[in-house]
Amino acid sequence: MLMINLILILLVGGLLAMLSERFGSQVPRRVALAVVLIDLAYLLVSLSGLPELTGLQATVPGDPQTWLMHYRAEWIPAFGISFEFALDGISLMMVLLTLVLGAVAVSSSWTDVTIKRGFFEANLLWTLAGVLGVFMALDLFLFFLFWEVMLIPMYFLIAIWGHEQRAYAAMKFFIFTQASGLLMLVSVLCLATIHQGNTGIWSFSYFDLLNTQMAAQTAYWLMLGFFVAFVVKLPGFPFHTWLPDAHTQAPTAGSVILAGVLLKTGAYGLIRFAVPLFPQASMEFAPIALWLGAAGVVYGAVLAFAQTDFKRLIAYSSVSHMGFVLLGVYAWNQLALQGAVMQMVAHGFSTAALFMIAGSLQERLHTRDMREMGGLWHNMPRMGAVAMFFIVASLGLPGLGNFVAEFLVLLGLFQVDRWLTVVAALGLITGAAYSLLLMQRSFQGEPDESRQLTDFGTREMLTMALMMVALIVLGLYPQPVLDMAQPVLEGLLQFSLTVTGGPL
Amino acid sequence: MNLSQMQALMPLLILSLTAVALMIQASIKPDQAVAWVITAIGLVLTIWGANYARDYSQSVTILLDVDPWGLFFSSLMVVAALVTLILSRDSFANEGQRKEEYYLLLVLSLLGALVLIQSSHMVSLLLGMELMGVALYVMIAFPEKGELPVEAAIKYLVLSACASAILLYGFALLYAATGELSYAGLGAKAGAAYAQNPLLIMAGTGMVISGIGFKLSLVPFHMWTPDVYQGAPTPVTGFLATVSKGAVFVALTRMYLDGQLYQYPSLISALVVIAIASMLIGNLLALRQNNIKRLLAYSSIAHFGYLLVVLIALTGKGLASDAVTYYLTAYVVTSLAAFAVIARVSGEDATQCQISAYEGLFWRDKFQATCLTVALLSLAGIPLTAGFIGKFYVITVGLQSSLWALLAAVVVGSAIAIYYYLRIIFAMSKVPAETVEQSGYSGRVLALLLTLLVLALGSWPEPFINYATSL
Repeated sequence: MLMINLILILLVGGLLAMLSERFGSQVPRRVALAVVLIDLAYLLVSLSGLPELTGLQATVPGDPQTWLMHYRAEWIPAFGISFEFALDGISLMMVLLTLVLGAVAVSSSWTDVTIKRGFFEANLLWTLAGVLGVFMALDLFLFFLFWEVMLIPMYFLIAIWGHEQRAYAAMKFFIFTQASGLLMLVSVLCLATIHQGNTGIWSFSYFDLLNTQMAAQTAYWLMLGFFVAFVVKLPGFPFHTWLPDAHTQAPTAGSVILAGVLLKTGAYGLIRFAVPLFPQASMEFAPIALWLGAAGVVYGAVLAFAQTDFKRLIAYSSVSHMGFVLLGVYAWNQLALQGAVMQMVAHGFSTAALFMIAGSLQERLHTRDMREMGGLWHNMPRMGAVAMFFIVASLGLPGLGNFVAEFLVLLGLFQVDRWLTVVAALGLITGAAYSLLLMQRSFQGEPDESRQLTDFGTREMLTMALMMVALIVLGLYPQPVLDMAQPVLEGLLQFSLTVTGGPL
Repeated sequence: MNLSQMQALMPLLILSLTAVALMIQASIKPDQAVAWVITAIGLVLTIWGANYARDYSQSVTILLDVDPWGLFFSSLMVVAALVTLILSRDSFANEGQRKEEYYLLLVLSLLGALVLIQSSHMVSLLLGMELMGVALYVMIAFPEKGELPVEAAIKYLVLSACASAILLYGFALLYAATGELSYAGLGAKAGAAYAQNPLLIMAGTGMVISGIGFKLSLVPFHMWTPDVYQGAPTPVTGFLATVSKGAVFVALTRMYLDGQLYQYPSLISALVVIAIASMLIGNLLALRQNNIKRLLAYSSIAHFGYLLVVLIALTGKGLASDAVTYYLTAYVVTSLAAFAVIARVSGEDATQCQISAYEGLFWRDKFQATCLTVALLSLAGIPLTAGFIGKFYVITVGLQSSLWALLAAVVVGSAIAIYYYLRIIFAMSKVPAETVEQSGYSGRVLALLLTLLVLALGSWPEPFINYATSL
């Protein structure tokens, strides 16, 4: 029930936030923050009742008893569809990330939303609810439902509160994800139909569908359906074109949620569904996926280098960073997968913070164009220092989370494909180039004395400090995160090994 | 004809009596309010009659086949007519014209639809279709003001007459090939006749499909749809989109199954082409529309394309026939919800049907905007709405029958469709310079009920799935 409650609290909280607008335009944001924090507290309190989180026993993908939590209730028995939720180390980590970044998102939009505040906070909370559903649903029908439904509040966030080109960006975002989602829907239904043909029973449960027998070619096509849907969301090259527009045009909180959490649903989907459901097909496909990942790393970095728009640059850097996730997943060994999971968390924090800085700049300067910036450190020293921290985190400075992630991915990848590792490592160098360029163009250089800008206040500094601490902890003592993911990855690797008889 | 057969015909009888009562009332003391009440009572009684007739399901003469499946659709169409009735009163209320006849026409048209739904013979099919159609011509042209309604009615009349003629010729050819006019007889002789005289059968079925395809506005017989949708008064457009098209599709399904039309490979290939064309062209043409009624016209073309996918997979009772029931119900309910809002927001003013007139509706009238959004998302097939479960059925049925080309068209078509549905939602979400909150609760109950039904069918479909399976 915990898992359903987590989602319900956010749904009802969204409604409350919307209704609370009649008590004043400042009330909704407080309600929203309270709801997210209550949800987070509720989760943390309930976690104490769980079995040892860092146990050594592997989570067996096909056996819900070995998962941390499992809940199932009938929904549409005619098709074997149920409310099936389950939680393992990775999903728990993602849920925590979602809630923490949810609080950050509310905080980041504390002052910059001026119209329809109630509806804004409601959409924010509903998006979070949808994302939590994606991370916890283990019935493929239910998973698809959350996957699609979370788009609607996100669409409204971009379409109503976005910047100049919001109509175009919102539409592009929705169509890309929805169209690729349709491919996944066909794959899900086909998988269920095959399962029904084999066993005579309709089921959409992950645990039932995991070992479905089918022709190799069918599996390959179905795997592609899932792969495209997840890689569009990730976003991986060449399906990334929606991302720069959506990120740039979204309001700050929207960008934070998009980059910090929504992109991770794609990565999560690959690890949870695309590979385990079709291990053999994924094994055949892995070389292509790896090349796409490496191409994304380099291509994203090169494009980021050419941007003049502060937010667009960060958006393209996300393409580059998520390329590492794709590499980590399809290298499919312990090290690389650990790196991919670590990257999901670390990138969530660093990019969320950068988007928040971008939002603050836009609020103060009314532009995102870096050619009109320069010397901002002088005007806003606190913001400058904070930006410096997250920019070097994002370029992979040792001692911070992102370095651990990218290093692990490259280490794991080296065992699989040496030359590809060389290509991917190029991304680190270009990463340093565009990140430092971002810093130089905006915060360093000749200051403009005539600017009257307010520096970061306590609220902003608190939020930033939270994420700084997170990144430092991840960088210096990543063991808890690794331990949390370890049993899950162990189980997944063993599972795919028994099915395919060899490494991916 | 014995008593139990009369009992089986209960809905038709009640509806006919309602028509008679309306005529008598009009000759004694013409009064619009009274006519409205008589119609409403008649329709409610018809729903009861349809329920009553379930216990007497049987073939009544060679012409009609009363079965629970048909009776369910009869009730659904009566409900749609009730919605039309409620919307009509408001949209004609402020015009000082006589409109007792309008209600009579509505009842007659509905009677035609019910005959069509229960028909098991080509004669009753034609009778039902003509009764429904002739009454509709007048309903479309009913407003006295403006040229659009008259233009729409004439277009519909002329093209519809051509379609009926083609349909009749098709029947004649099938009769020449098989010597049968009843679906069952046709089905029994289907195989032998095809072996003996394939050309005649191909020409006959081809003409029948053309005639019916016109009524369903399938590509390439769709030309009339946008003009008629736009020109007709909004409640009548809703009636046309739901009752007229729905009843014809039910009749087509019955003919296809009982007449074993699925035995003709040439017909299947033709249907595949028509279905793919409808899905793609319907959705593509909808992209450029600025009038919401025209947009929904093109979207309905695409929706009947999706339904054809199910029809092609149909060979008997099973998942595919459940899919027809579910999809058609979802489509009817969703369309009614959409037209209920459009009738409210746009009224009969043609300029108010532009998408630009819907800008900022979220802030002007939150309630109507939310209802329309739900309806549009359902048409687009987003989860938690009825439309999604419908799409779920279409894709599953297509997968089970391995109709890959059709599935590809479904996916591409749905992907295109999102754009134009979102366009309306985006227009509604635009924040206007100043907001004038509109209040007033007239007509809200109806839109609310329909919207809730769309959501219920989509988020808790189990009861209805079981019901559809039991039919």
